[in-house]
Amino acid sequence: MKARAFEYVRPQSVEEALRAFGDADGDAAYIAGGQSLVPALALRLQAPALLIDIARIEELHGLAVVRDRLRIGATTRHFEILNSELVAEHAPLLSKAAPFVAHPAIRNKGTFGGSLALADPASEFPTMALALDAEVEIASFAGDRRVAIADFFLGLYETALQSGEMIRAVHIPVATAKTRYAFDELARRRGDYALVGAGVNAEYDGDRIERIGIAFLSAGPTPMRARRAEAILTGSRLTLEIIREAQEALDVDLDPPGDEHTPVEMRLHLARVLLGRLLGRLEARP
Amino acid sequence: MSGKIAVSLTVNSEEVEAFVAPRTTLADFLRQDLQLTGTHAGCEMGVCGACLVLIDDQPVHACLMFAVQVDGCVIETVEGLTSRDAITDLQKAFHERNALQCGFCTPGMLVSAYGILSSGKVPSREEIRDALSGNYCRCTGYEAIVDAIERTVGERWRAKVAEEEA
Ligand SMILES: Cc1cc2nc3c(=O)[nH]c(=O)nc-3n(C[C@H](O)[C@H](O)[C@H](O)COP(=O)(O)OP(=O)(O)OC[C@H]3O[C@@H](n4cnc5c(N)ncnc54)[C@H](O)[C@@H]3O)c2cc1C
Ligand code: FES
Ligand code: FES
Repeated sequence: MKARAFEYVRPQSVEEALRAFGDADGDAAYIAGGQSLVPALALRLQAPALLIDIARIEELHGLAVVRDRLRIGATTRHFEILNSELVAEHAPLLSKAAPFVAHPAIRNKGTFGGSLALADPASEFPTMALALDAEVEIASFAGDRRVAIADFFLGLYETALQSGEMIRAVHIPVATAKTRYAFDELARRRGDYALVGAGVNAEYDGDRIERIGIAFLSAGPTPMRARRAEAILTGSRLTLEIIREAQEALDVDLDPPGDEHTPVEMRLHLARVLLGRLLGRLEARP
Repeated sequence: MSGKIAVSLTVNSEEVEAFVAPRTTLADFLRQDLQLTGTHAGCEMGVCGACLVLIDDQPVHACLMFAVQVDGCVIETVEGLTSRDAITDLQKAFHERNALQCGFCTPGMLVSAYGILSSGKVPSREEIRDALSGNYCRCTGYEAIVDAIERTVGERWRAKVAEEEA
C-alpha cells in the first residue's frame, strides 16, 4: 500500500512548525524519524493532509546535562542514545535498554521524542522514562509546559499531548553514586518487540533501598509502573522474602494483554521472573 | 494540491535534481525515477531489510522515508558501493560461500554488512547476527551469510595488521 497524497513542509524552527500545524486546522502530523509514522501512512491508518518534518530543527536535537537533569532533545536518535557517553554516565538505564530498541537501521532514524509521542506500551524508551521519573517538555502555541511522565501516558497510544503540541525535550534526573539499575526483556527473537520487559532504577542508602522506580513494557495499555512492588521494596534490604512479595504484587500492578500464543498468566509469570532477575543484578553507575 | 517538490541530493556520487510527489518513498524514487533497481522493495514497512541504503553513510530503510526528506543528503545504494569497489571482497565472499540463493535479500544484506565492516570493530559471530536482526532471508538460513561477513571482517583485519607491521 502507498500513503495517500499529502503536502510536505520542513520548517526551520519549533515556532514555524507549530504555526504550520495551526494553519492546517489540525489535519497535519509531525514527522520525526518516520519509523512508525511512514508504515502507518502506508497502511492508511493515518492520512493527514500535511506532514511537518521536524527532524532537522536544530533546537530539538541533542543531549546536555543541565544541573541535575539530562536533557534529551526530541529528535535525538536512538543510535545517539546508544553510543552516548553522557547518557551512559547520567542515565545508564537508557544505555542498557537502547540495544533492545528495534534493529540498527531503525535506530539510525528513530527518535526519542517520536518514541514517547507514539507511546507504544511495548517500546523501551517510554517505559524507561517512566521508571526514571522523567519530565516531558511540551511546546505549544499557548506556551511551553512540563508534564510529569506519570501524567503523560493516558491510554493505549494516548498521551497528554493535545492536537498540535510537540515534545521539545525530555528531562531525566541524573544518576548518582547511590543509583543502582537494571534492564532486560524477554523476546522470541532479538530485535522483536518483547513479550515483556522491565527497567529498575533504585537509590540505595547503604544496603537499604531508599527509592525505587520499576516500569514494565508489554504489560498493560501503557508503560506500567509497578507501584505496589515499589512500596514493598522501599525502605527494605533485598531478601528472598521481600523479592517474592514484590513479585506477587505484580498481579495487581500489571494488566498485560493476552492472546492465544501468550496468555495473560504467561506474561505475568514472565514479569515475575524478570523482576526477580533484575533485582538480583542491580548495578552501580560505571 | 500536493504538487511536486524540488529536491537535490547526491546519489552514488552523482548530483541529482528532481521533482517528487511528497508521498513517493525513497525506495520508489530510487527504483522508478532513477532506475536503481538494486534497492529492493519487499514488505515496505521496515521489517524485511531488502530496501536498505546508506544515507550519510548509515544504513537506513528506503521504504521508511519519503524522497522529500532526503533533500540535501548523500545516498549510496548497492550499485554505488559496487562501482566504487567498496564491497568487492564481501561480494566475492558471498559468492564463494553461497550466501545467496534467490538474491532478493542480498542488497540489504550487503548494506548491513557494509555498516558492520565500516564500524571499525571486529564483531563476534553473535554481534554479526545481531546486526543482521532486521534483515530477512527466506532461502539461505543465514549461516552462510554470517560466514561470508565473518570471513570478510577477518580478512580486512588481517590485511590492516599486516599493513601496520610493514
Ligand atoms: C520493524 C520495526 C521494529 C521496531 N521495533 C521497535 C522496538 O523494538 N522498540 C521500540 O521502542 N521501537 C521500535 N520501533 C519503532 C521505532 O523505535 C520508532 O522509531 C519510534 O517508536 C518512533 O520514533 P520516530 O522518530 O520514528 O517517530 P515518527 O514515526 O516520526 O512519529 C511517530 C508519532 O509521533 C509523532 N511525533 C514524532 N515526534 C514528535 C514530537 N517531537 N512531538 C510530538 N509528536 C511527535 C508523530 O506525529 C507520529 O504520530 C520499530 C519500528 C519498526 C518499523
Ligand atoms: S521493504 Fe523496507 S524493510 Fe522491507
Ligand atoms: S537469498 Fe533468497 S531471500 Fe535471501
